[in-house]
Amino acid sequence: MSQSYNRGLIEDFGRWREFEAGMWAWIFHKFTGWVLIGYLFTHIAVLSTGIPAAGAGEAAIAAGNDVYTQTIVSLEGLLLVRLLEVGLLAVAVFHMLNGTRLLLTDLGVGLDAQDKSFYASLILTGAITVASVPTFIAGAF
Amino acid sequence: MSTQIPKQTEESTETDAETEPASKGDERRAEKRRRAAERREQRQEEEAEKAAADESTVELKVFRYDPQVEGKQEPRFDTFHVPFTKGMTVLDALMYARDTYDSSLTFRHSCRQAVCGSDAMFVNGGQKLACKTQISDLQQPVRVEPLPHAEVTKDLVVDMEHFYDQMEAVEPYFQTNEYPDGELEEQRQDRENREKIKMSTRCIWCGACMSSCNIAAGDNEYLGPAAINKAYRFAMDEREGEEMKQKRLEIIEQEHGVWRCQTQFSCTEVCPKDIPLTEHIQELKREAVKNNLKFW
Repeated sequence: MSQSYNRGLIEDFGRWREFEAGMWAWIFHKFTGWVLIGYLFTHIAVLSTGIPAAGAGEAAIAAGNDVYTQTIVSLEGLLLVRLLEVGLLAVAVFHMLNGTRLLLTDLGVGLDAQDKSFYASLILTGAITVASVPTFIAGAF
Repeated sequence: MSTQIPKQTEESTETDAETEPASKGDERRAEKRRRAAERREQRQEEEAEKAAADESTVELKVFRYDPQVEGKQEPRFDTFHVPFTKGMTVLDALMYARDTYDSSLTFRHSCRQAVCGSDAMFVNGGQKLACKTQISDLQQPVRVEPLPHAEVTKDLVVDMEHFYDQMEAVEPYFQTNEYPDGELEEQRQDRENREKIKMSTRCIWCGACMSSCNIAAGDNEYLGPAAINKAYRFAMDEREGEEMKQKRLEIIEQEHGVWRCQTQFSCTEVCPKDIPLTEHIQELKREAVKNNLKFW
């Protein structure tokens, strides 16, 4: 009988050079989805500093000396965090736009133009990300 | 050039001849066979040299693997130089390589006109029907490999059993319990309905879509694009009647049916018969939802 032979990468992503638009959209959608889930946990971690901060008293909050404000200010002071925020925006925008594209696909709308809508969502993501750079980076240097 | 190992086979024929009572006729025949093999080898070498030197040749890199022959169990690529002729397809080139250089090169083919669906292969990184792929459209060297996500039996031949099992799971044949009134009356289909299922009837069971689908690769129970398309062809056929359609939808809407599709569009891209597979799968998803959600 025949023996099986594992051809390694060709079985999955070894053929990435030949991937079509729909396949890239699928990969990016998975990737951005996982990134957003990962971000969710850091988001909760940062926001949860608001619980001890709430007990610090009104004077401390007004002066900006509570844990929550301090955490946010020190994080925003880091250049890396600013850059990651730009990346996060790009990831979220792509996930939203491609999600809309997938919704339309599920409704059977524009299946012939699925590759074009993927490229459109990529370009739009790029444009929005570039436009957001001044806002996010302002004062970081 | 070809990685045939002719020495081993020669030795085995010699020992065969020795064990038998060696009559004069046997000896003469063995001698004749040996000389024929020599001539063949010489001719193959000459042809290969000539083709390699020629400018208008196609360079083929073909995946080779044979689990049954020692020395061929390690997968490798063989290079063949095939003289280019106008209108040459990948299958033509492979057949030339097999007939001229290495008769052990194994691949499936039959009709050579994209009807039988035997020769789906992985050509230059995409699932293609070899008989429908023009060499002139491809970048050289042309890499020919067996279909990914399937077990390789030998060289370019993959085990299609799982694919056929999935196809049969959707009962790919016409069934009905609604018959026209008169006994001799025909089961007629109106033109609109025929148009609707037209593309889905074109499937030739080549397995290219199944091979291109990452979901099918990771989930062996997933019916796969071809089987779902087959289910679409009959579920949408109005002659089968309402009761049959319910039965078909039950197969389609199971856990490993249409819901596994994540609209990669890989199957639609590779289908050699241009069947809009994703469109059909999406339509069946909507049918399944409509079938189960009723607000009235």
